[in-house]
Amino acid sequence: MEVAVKTAKNLVRVALLLLCASAIAFTLVSISPLDPLQTNIGQAALGSLSAEQTAQLESYWGVGEPPIQRYLSWLGDFVRGDMGISLLYRQSVATVIAEKLANSLLLLAFAWVISGVLGFTLGIIAGAYQGRAIDRAIQSYSLIIASTPLFWIGIMLLLIFAVWLQIAPIGLSVPIGMEAADVTLIDRLRHAILPALALSITGIANITLHTREKMIAVMGSDYVLFARARGESTRRIVTRHGVRNVILPAMTLQFALINEILAGTILVEQVFSYPGLGQAVVTAGLGGDMPLLLAITVISTALVFGGNFIANTLYGVVDPRIRKGVSK
Amino acid sequence: MRWRLNRRMNRRMATGILLAIVVVALVAIAIAGPLVTEQAMATDFARKDLPPSWQHPFGTDWMGRDMFLRTIAGLSTSLRLGMLTASLSAGIALLLGSLAATFGRLLDATVSWLIDLAMGIPHLLLLILIALAVGKGAAGIIIGVMVTHWMALARVMRAEVLQLKQSGYVLASEKLGVGKLTIIRKHMLPHLLPQLLVGLVLLFPHVILHEASLTFLGFGLSPEQPAIGIILSESMRYLVAGTWWLAVFPGLMLVAVVAMFSWLGGSLRKLLDPVSIHE
Repeated sequence: MEVAVKTAKNLVRVALLLLCASAIAFTLVSISPLDPLQTNIGQAALGSLSAEQTAQLESYWGVGEPPIQRYLSWLGDFVRGDMGISLLYRQSVATVIAEKLANSLLLLAFAWVISGVLGFTLGIIAGAYQGRAIDRAIQSYSLIIASTPLFWIGIMLLLIFAVWLQIAPIGLSVPIGMEAADVTLIDRLRHAILPALALSITGIANITLHTREKMIAVMGSDYVLFARARGESTRRIVTRHGVRNVILPAMTLQFALINEILAGTILVEQVFSYPGLGQAVVTAGLGGDMPLLLAITVISTALVFGGNFIANTLYGVVDPRIRKGVSK
Repeated sequence: MRWRLNRRMNRRMATGILLAIVVVALVAIAIAGPLVTEQAMATDFARKDLPPSWQHPFGTDWMGRDMFLRTIAGLSTSLRLGMLTASLSAGIALLLGSLAATFGRLLDATVSWLIDLAMGIPHLLLLILIALAVGKGAAGIIIGVMVTHWMALARVMRAEVLQLKQSGYVLASEKLGVGKLTIIRKHMLPHLLPQLLVGLVLLFPHVILHEASLTFLGFGLSPEQPAIGIILSESMRYLVAGTWWLAVFPGLMLVAVVAMFSWLGGSLRKLLDPVSIHE
């Protein structure tokens, strides 16, 4: 019962946060110096329009209306699933996003799982054997990668595998000049592998560093000292005490990773010209396609808050202390 | 002789000396940038697309510009922009963190709400939106990075102030009737400033990487400005042409600078933290 109330409260909080975030994004988009009419039909066409047509367009874009009213009408449409028309793709924003997200999902899911699993494992190992050679190796890798810009890792992978070794394609999610129907799953995978690799290489580093810190704290605790005194081996201490205590912070990390990976896809897809959500962000931003940019921002933010919400809820399920309300 | 000198130094001193060297190197890059910018922009088609050599350690690009000088000029821009934005972020963090801890529950709740909100929108997206809102270029980067990097440090500051408020000497001073401002100045700031300094230095890696990423995507500095993001995004176009040095060396230098800051922050924290003082 208590868990249900807590979950409901959490849900309300997430909804409010999302509302605020969408308002901020909307404000930023509306104060940008881009003129919606001009980006919509172009400078030249704008001059040749009749006054009537201009007025029609102005009422569509809400020129002259107070910002709050524009925000509310946008929000109303958005909630009903009408995200507007993308200026660059000349399709409804929802269609564009669905298509791009389908492409990106492969990358996102792969990087998310790989970074989480490998990062967690490496962090546990490094933390359990603090100061040994294996810890130093894992730590150096993580520290160096944490200082390396993701897009440069992408460029280096491209240089090594596509230019020098020529075993990977240069970019795009399907081979050039191929009918969409002929594209096999293998083709898709082949084109997704380098971007996914770049995302994972960076994702692992962060998770590893954080997990290692937590693991070191656990290994220095009294209950581990007592376990050692009882004669338990390091391996058993790790599986029985280490993993169990590190799993909670690791869950938070895993869901916080969504934020990083979403930002990462923007860079990686740009480097590998992979036609996903991230590339759509850059195209929309550089081309002044505000409806699309706004919708992607809101959806990404919803994914991040959704992840946080799941992590918080899972906490209650996984941790017996919270589940049974022992803290009271 | 040298060996004996080393033996007499403890790790604290050795770290201190290394710290000084790193700081000098970083400051040197920052200062050298504006001095070499003109030379870095000088085109000479007689020496275009040269691979790395003694004369041009990082090679030259398709317009015959020296890549080493361009890299230094670009890194200098990053460092100077980073200094400004990291300080501004740290300032916000100090202000909001300590306000949240001192002025009651409502403000505390508001600040933690703000932190959650700012952490929810993926940073790069928020940076892009802000860059578009204020017009691309340095202003967009400065404002964008400033509002997206204060959260973690604000949490640290809040926790620190909360803890200080409960410490014996602060409680005693309050009972003795010492003014609030005096307590803040005499008892709190000496504890907060080292933390703030470490936090500030550790902000640099994020700030520099975000600036480079934003510029790389085309939302940051413009192509005429010396910036590492511009160099790397241009290098992409020439990857297939075989001029690999355009991408490799500037990137390595960027990694080196960012890694130096991470190390600097970590070492400073160890030096200033009384618990690890004897390590």
